[in-house]
Amino acid sequence: MRAAHRPTLPRHLHPGAWWLWAVGLATAASRTTNPLLLLLVLAVAGYVVAARRTTAPWARSYAAFVKVGLAVILIRIVFQAIFGAAVTGRTVLFTVPEVPLPEWMQGIRIGGSVTAEALLAALYDGLRLAAVLGCVGAANALANPKRLLATMPGALYELGVAVVVAMTFAPQLVTDAARARAARRLRGQPDRGLRSVRATAVPVLEGALERSLALAAAMDSRGYGRVGTLPAATRFVTGALVLTGLLGICVGVYGLLDAGSPPVFGLPMLAAGSLLAGLGLVVGGRRTLRTKYRPDPWALPEWLVAVSGCAVAATYVWSAAQGVEGLTVPAMPLTMPDLPVVPALGTLVALLPAWLAPPPPRVGAGDSEAAPARVAAGSERDGTPAADVDRPREVSR
Amino acid sequence: MIRFESVSVRYSEAPAPILKDVTFTVAEGELCLVVGQTGSGKTTLLRAINGLVPHFTGGTLSGRVLVDGRDTRTHRPRDLADVVGVVGQNPLANFVTDTVEDELAYGMESLGLPPDVMRTRVEETLDLLGLSDVRARPIASLSGGQQQRVAIGAVLTTHPRVLVLDEPTSALDPQAAEDVLAALQRLVHDLGVTVVLAEHRLERVVQYADQVVLVPGGGQALEVGDPAEILASSAVAPPVVELARLAGWHPPPLSVRDARRLAGPLRDRLAGLPSPEGPQDQVDTTSGLPRDRPAATTPIAAVRGLVVRYGGRRTAQPPALRDLDLEVAPGEVVALMGRNGAGKSSLLNALVGLVRPAAGGVRVGTVDPASAKPAAIARAAGLVPQEPGDLLYASSVGEECRQADRDFAAEPGRCARILARLAPGIPANRHPRDLSEGQRLCLALAVILTAQPPLLLLDEPTRGLDYGAKARLADIVRALANGDGASDGTQDARRDRGNGVSGGRHAVIFATHDVELVAEVATRVVVLADGDLVADGPVASVVGSSPTFAPQVAKILRPLPWLTVSQVAAALGSA
Repeated sequence: MRAAHRPTLPRHLHPGAWWLWAVGLATAASRTTNPLLLLLVLAVAGYVVAARRTTAPWARSYAAFVKVGLAVILIRIVFQAIFGAAVTGRTVLFTVPEVPLPEWMQGIRIGGSVTAEALLAALYDGLRLAAVLGCVGAANALANPKRLLATMPGALYELGVAVVVAMTFAPQLVTDAARARAARRLRGQPDRGLRSVRATAVPVLEGALERSLALAAAMDSRGYGRVGTLPAATRFVTGALVLTGLLGICVGVYGLLDAGSPPVFGLPMLAAGSLLAGLGLVVGGRRTLRTKYRPDPWALPEWLVAVSGCAVAATYVWSAAQGVEGLTVPAMPLTMPDLPVVPALGTLVALLPAWLAPPPPRVGAGDSEAAPARVAAGSERDGTPAADVDRPREVSR
Repeated sequence: MIRFESVSVRYSEAPAPILKDVTFTVAEGELCLVVGQTGSGKTTLLRAINGLVPHFTGGTLSGRVLVDGRDTRTHRPRDLADVVGVVGQNPLANFVTDTVEDELAYGMESLGLPPDVMRTRVEETLDLLGLSDVRARPIASLSGGQQQRVAIGAVLTTHPRVLVLDEPTSALDPQAAEDVLAALQRLVHDLGVTVVLAEHRLERVVQYADQVVLVPGGGQALEVGDPAEILASSAVAPPVVELARLAGWHPPPLSVRDARRLAGPLRDRLAGLPSPEGPQDQVDTTSGLPRDRPAATTPIAAVRGLVVRYGGRRTAQPPALRDLDLEVAPGEVVALMGRNGAGKSSLLNALVGLVRPAAGGVRVGTVDPASAKPAAIARAAGLVPQEPGDLLYASSVGEECRQADRDFAAEPGRCARILARLAPGIPANRHPRDLSEGQRLCLALAVILTAQPPLLLLDEPTRGLDYGAKARLADIVRALANGDGASDGTQDARRDRGNGVSGGRHAVIFATHDVELVAEVATRVVVLADGDLVADGPVASVVGSSPTFAPQVAKILRPLPWLTVSQVAAALGSA
């Protein structure tokens, strides 16, 4: 067995595998309103993140996404309480003073009695969204976004470069803005307020422009865009294929996530769309003579992780089709939801990557994706803290 | 390898061509050094080698440039990428990817090299430049010297036969510069790479050069030839060559080693003479404080137990400064030295309140920068940042001066008068971005001095300055410390002096890697390492004995205490 196939040898898993796994989990979450299942999904995703994340800055995004999810739930509940609406229910918890609205706004109600059922429905709904967000956060935490871009097919290479450049430019802009604000203080002016905006914006924009020019010159002298362009006909075919394919994928994903749409809009559409888009990328990608340095392998662990995610999605879709009890929980009457066995076991399959995926390489003191972020303090361009990283004292840690 | 055949370059908006009728060749395996003042056309010359001029910058190029037999008229920069590697002025602005390994591989990916070749070349290059420890690190987290080596490595992996570098060491501390130059040296000697490089700090590189191209600027004819011959008569020359001119050595030696072998008689002559004249002689050699300082004078700046740390309270990072004590009196010129990242900028920033101390206190005059309003701080201490352009945002020099007067509530015209004294003859309608580095520094200095702060702080002021601009900066700093500099002759300044509040004498603190400037102007040197103050004393004792910080003259004349050419000239003149 080749080393890449062994799940025990530390290496970075292909980012695409993590995304497939997370999308599978998210598909499952979108199919249920059962709070127990949703919490289980969140717990599974959280456990895998905890087991297999690196120390990179983006590895903390799971917690960030969960927090956003909590905010979503809160907003959903508050809106439900204020605007009442759909769910009525009998258990009145409290009454918000109602705002009298004119005749022509009859459909809308502000305030009034708030029922436990209504709040519960809002909670379930918000929780489902939070769980989907949590899955996206898990993928973000586990997959290196730059490596993901590097796996882009050749036809999308330019797009990938643009995104990478933008990603490195954004922190630079922040640094520049900090420097400009510091300069403003040096001229004895307050660094806040409207009047400082021009003084900050001009140097920042000028700096960004100059840097883009320098970067463009550097990329040109290093052979960017050396290869010839395609004939117009091929370009047209590529474009048409990719666009149609993407449209198909969009419809397919919508069909898959929305349980109410006819089944033909689901998987078949997704498959057809992917095929078309893939064909377009292959046709368009033939022109590029670029090669890739150390591409991420797609080996056994990648298959296992991707399949585990898809398996969860499949369990839920199958359960929904079979009408398994407990996948959707009615808010009325107020009852304790049951935990349906099949989907619950299915969800646990997504836990397997915590062991099946190779552990991320433990970064030594010198080698770290988590090297401290550069401090944008005034004109501290020496990067005081950053430059400190390679000191012997730290290496021996 | 490289042939320029009667090349002229003219940018469309310029009245005259920047390069006129340039003809020279660089043979394979040579290290060719391009020297000249800022704005003389060095960068244009370098960029013409791989066709960035005129393909990328625009303008008209007549004549032809041949590189390895390829004509840059018919080959775009990208088509020359396998022959010429270009490293720009600011390495950080030229990186396309974000980790070391990816950056090294980027050029090869563009050329479509097979994966196994890429893999071996990346490994070779990592070893060649000593980067294997940091191979997976984000580039932004590396030190300046490492970044510069990554930039060189990134173009080396495509095995170019020509390497073009624009000021590769100007932003680096002496040790990091040594590392980069050693790497270049190895490329030239072991791999036969042809290297063309431009550099202001001749003292660092000239000894390695096989050929010097002097670009006089203004479209005048280039001088090309043997380094010693060119420099013997050039306006720009490192201290070792100036000492040679003084001592009448011909041809001038280019390295400290060669100079020492010639310097025996000079050392004998100097040994009998009294100690050097210079800023140090006003200073008590034991305390490092000015001798004529009244005992009761309160220090302009006092730092007590200063701790500065970044990244919040929970960070594991060591503090940028720890337990620093420092007092600076009027008339002192303090040089802050130390590696990149030693805490020099942090100290300067703390003195103007840009960084809040985590512990300890800073006092500038009567002001505490950590809590005072920006306007009050600006009157107590003025900082010219590393990038003087940061301070400037108006669309013309005149507008910038008027804005400065308004910012500091000064009477109209004060800033313009100061600027006229610092750098006469800058047109008021010029855009600040179009000024030369030296002029831009003077403008930023004038803006800061408009507030008449008794304490002036300069962060790496000589970065990118040529010898002429550097000499002018040294004069300005000296004049400020002696109390006859920045005052613009108006009532305010005279009243200050009359009151004897600060004696009209400024205190100047500057952070720098430039040992020659330190030897010229500083009265006291403070060396920081790792956030600690490791040395504090007069220049001769701190710098003279250090292997990395010693200026060239000190290395040549050791163990004698002379540090600069002007000191030696004064001693010989008075004898």
